[in-house]
Amino acid sequence: MSADTPPLLEVDDLCVEFRTRRGTIRAVNGLSYTLHEGETLALLGESGSGKSVAAQAVMGLLDTPPAHITRGSVRLRGEDLLSMPPEHRRAARGTRVSMIFQDALTALNPVLTVGDQLSEMFRVHRGEGRKAALARAVALMDRVRIPAAARRVHDYPHQFSGGMRQRVMIAMALALDPEVVIADEPTTALDVTVQAQIMRLLKQLQDETRMGLLLITHDLGVVAQAADRITVMYAGRTVESAGAEDLYTRPGHPYTRGLLDSVPRLDRMGKPLVPINGAPPLPSSVPTGCAFHPRCPRAEPRCGREAPPYHTLSTAGHRSACHFAEEVHRAPVG
Amino acid sequence: MTETTRTLEATSGAAEDTASDTTPPPSRQRASLGKDAWFELRRRPTVWAALITLLLMTAMALTPGAFTSLLTEAGDRCDLADSKLGPSAGHPFGFDLQGCDYLAQVIRGTRPSLLAGLAVTAASLLIAVVLGLLCGFYGGRLDALVSRITDIFFGLPFVLGATVILVAFPDHGLGAMILVLTVLGWTTMTRIMRSQVIALADADYVRAARMLGARPVRLMLRHILPNAVTPVIVVAMLNVGAVISGEATLDFLGVGLQYPQVSWGLQLNAAQAFVLDHPHLLLFPALFLSATVLSFILLGDALRDAFDPRLK
Amino acid sequence: MWRFVARRLLHALPVLLGTTFLIYTLVFVLPGDPIQGLAGDKPVPPAVLAELHARYHLDDPLWTQYAHYLAGLLTGDLGTTFTGRDVSDLLADRWAVTLQLGLTAWVLELVLGMALGVWAGLRKGKWDDSAVLFGTTLIISVPVFVVGYLAQLVFGVRLGWLPVAGTEGGWPLAFLLPGLVLASFGLAYVARLTRSSLIENLRADYVRTAHSKGLSRRRVVVKHTLRNSLIPVVTFLGLELGGLMAGAIVTEYIFNLPGVGQQLFQSIQLREGPVVVGTTTALVLVFLLANLLVDLLYGLLDPRIRHD
Repeated sequence: MSADTPPLLEVDDLCVEFRTRRGTIRAVNGLSYTLHEGETLALLGESGSGKSVAAQAVMGLLDTPPAHITRGSVRLRGEDLLSMPPEHRRAARGTRVSMIFQDALTALNPVLTVGDQLSEMFRVHRGEGRKAALARAVALMDRVRIPAAARRVHDYPHQFSGGMRQRVMIAMALALDPEVVIADEPTTALDVTVQAQIMRLLKQLQDETRMGLLLITHDLGVVAQAADRITVMYAGRTVESAGAEDLYTRPGHPYTRGLLDSVPRLDRMGKPLVPINGAPPLPSSVPTGCAFHPRCPRAEPRCGREAPPYHTLSTAGHRSACHFAEEVHRAPVG
Repeated sequence: MTETTRTLEATSGAAEDTASDTTPPPSRQRASLGKDAWFELRRRPTVWAALITLLLMTAMALTPGAFTSLLTEAGDRCDLADSKLGPSAGHPFGFDLQGCDYLAQVIRGTRPSLLAGLAVTAASLLIAVVLGLLCGFYGGRLDALVSRITDIFFGLPFVLGATVILVAFPDHGLGAMILVLTVLGWTTMTRIMRSQVIALADADYVRAARMLGARPVRLMLRHILPNAVTPVIVVAMLNVGAVISGEATLDFLGVGLQYPQVSWGLQLNAAQAFVLDHPHLLLFPALFLSATVLSFILLGDALRDAFDPRLK
Repeated sequence: MWRFVARRLLHALPVLLGTTFLIYTLVFVLPGDPIQGLAGDKPVPPAVLAELHARYHLDDPLWTQYAHYLAGLLTGDLGTTFTGRDVSDLLADRWAVTLQLGLTAWVLELVLGMALGVWAGLRKGKWDDSAVLFGTTLIISVPVFVVGYLAQLVFGVRLGWLPVAGTEGGWPLAFLLPGLVLASFGLAYVARLTRSSLIENLRADYVRTAHSKGLSRRRVVVKHTLRNSLIPVVTFLGLELGGLMAGAIVTEYIFNLPGVGQQLFQSIQLREGPVVVGTTTALVLVFLLANLLVDLLYGLLDPRIRHD
């Protein structure tokens, strides 16, 4: 990648606040990541870490008020989405950036057939006629491997199984070959076996289209099999970001290390699982300094005072926001 | 995301735990809901206006004599010579057909309206809670029977149902009105209560309590009732207004309370022939009636918004 | 689809039977002689009393009585007045007026109510939303007969815009003011229901999806939100169609419209018990029929109901 081509999607120091009558809540507080073409970047975080809000901020789906983007930039091939005129932004949604939601049952309109909802993409953005657009919808359903597409195109979402519904959702997101697809917990609502099928489908589609896939999840298992690179979020902020392999073998942040120690892994069979002490902070009362310090096994007094800057670690593109990033990184896993 | 759910999701220690299947512990949710609701209610001027109006109306219903002697000169004396006279100093509401001070009459009309509204709603609420709990919890034949009966009552528009019963009813006192209005009015709240109970009886925390050996009565009263009753209370509040309005309509139609009883509906009935020339006869009881109904509706609306913030 | 229709019909039947049975029991089985009860204070000659007892089969067991009554209803027999006229004949000329009034009010509710509701819902939290909310709360709080007299006073007498009473102006002129009065409560209710339903649906996940597809706000609202939002409104409006005809008693009386409701009001005043019961029963039947129609329409609108 040459230096003068801007990356596909670059989010820098993004901050999102919710201003309610009962005070301001910082949901996203300094999130940064970069997504390249044909790459899968996992945004990993616990529930409430702000990852879904961040995704909606990128899509421009947050309602203002109460949500306000107070700082940062979101650049799609160098073009700042946040300062774009609303009409241009809207035109980019679904065509250049699209989103797959967690629960297809509620995310699909219950009173419209899936054919209506799929063909709408072609009719609105491409100005195609009803018949042509419907044919496209059938082709799309074939492409995401929904059996008997020509017949099922006239069915309503509730007539599909959970996995098939999520395929419809994916088909809709991919309809216009967008450059970036954001998948917000795409498999959380599904059975484990179906989860694997959906992830495989996403991978195959990515290979066909070279799309950049931003995979938002709390599931380390999903991340392990799908992600090229991983950005870990804690309390609305990026705490570590690295290549998947690198992050799994040599985490550079105590939080990431804690996450890895708390789930069973094949490469660590026989070792005890160690949970992270305490609970993630409320967005309304994020600790000062490093937000993780109250739960961190190696916290020192300065962690409560100074927010750690990003340290670049030995491997290329590995960054960690911890005062002791080097030591954590060097320490052997397990 | 509300703070409550946020705390609950945060109870899991490690990242692989999803919080989606954690049911909020009921008691805690309720305490915080109640607090939130009060927070919402306190900051609405309409709530205060409604509360003050109702307090005033209640006082008038309890001690009409105190108000009439305080606000009118010789409020009990009627003189046909004064019949239908308009407002004047000392008689701010003027006089009614019989030449009685209209303010005093309107104040006396407060009691039956308020009493009917509250009594009918209380009785309906009681029926709704008992039947709703039993039907929703046990289901089966009782539930089927009650459901069919509510269906039937829903097939009977209120005014028509009340008319047809009252025309054949031997007694037209306030007690009879309350009875008839309750017979026609218990179904809405019962339906709501029942569906709430059905939803909650299936909730994880109720299942957990059941598995721990809680008896049905305890399950119903301690675990289900407190969580199921909120929407019913909201409807009850709105219902008080509806009953008061309905009772007045029946009085107006001539199938409700009968002269010489005193009520706003009867006063409006008496006023109808003279509306054009003596609008004050219509205006004042209508004002009191509407203010009372409005207050209950405002309170009900505010309660609903406070408990269901999505619609604000 | 046809199975759905059949199921709805099967569901409506017990309600129809139950409602008529309820009316019948409440009127004819209450303690005291029902005929005397219906006549109120008026003395009934023994011959008439015996005749009516025989006519209503009052000396038979309850079920037989009800069966006779129901058989009568099904053949259009709503009973007779004290003077021996058929109640159905009495009402025959009046249905047209009631229907005109009911439909006028219904259309006003539908058009104005929904329009106000959508407007307020889309402008949630702004001043016009608050104005609609306040205005509708006020209308809901004022009993319809007060609204009626006020409207008559203001628009009919003071401003002189519309006929004060009677049907001389013909449809629609003579029916506008009473229609609006009759519609007032439902109109306010429809507006509030539309508003809250729209607001709730605008927050639905599928609306967020629609936005993420890059649709214009207009398309998101019209295609992805309105139809879902209108389901509860249509249900209510359906119940209203019958409810308005049944509720026209007060309005028809105030505006002196010679409809079924006015007949009912007059019969109440004159203590004509049998006419009251017959007329009420007829109105209840109209109400139930309208409800059934709506149930079917509801299925057309929401595929989830049709298919389950």
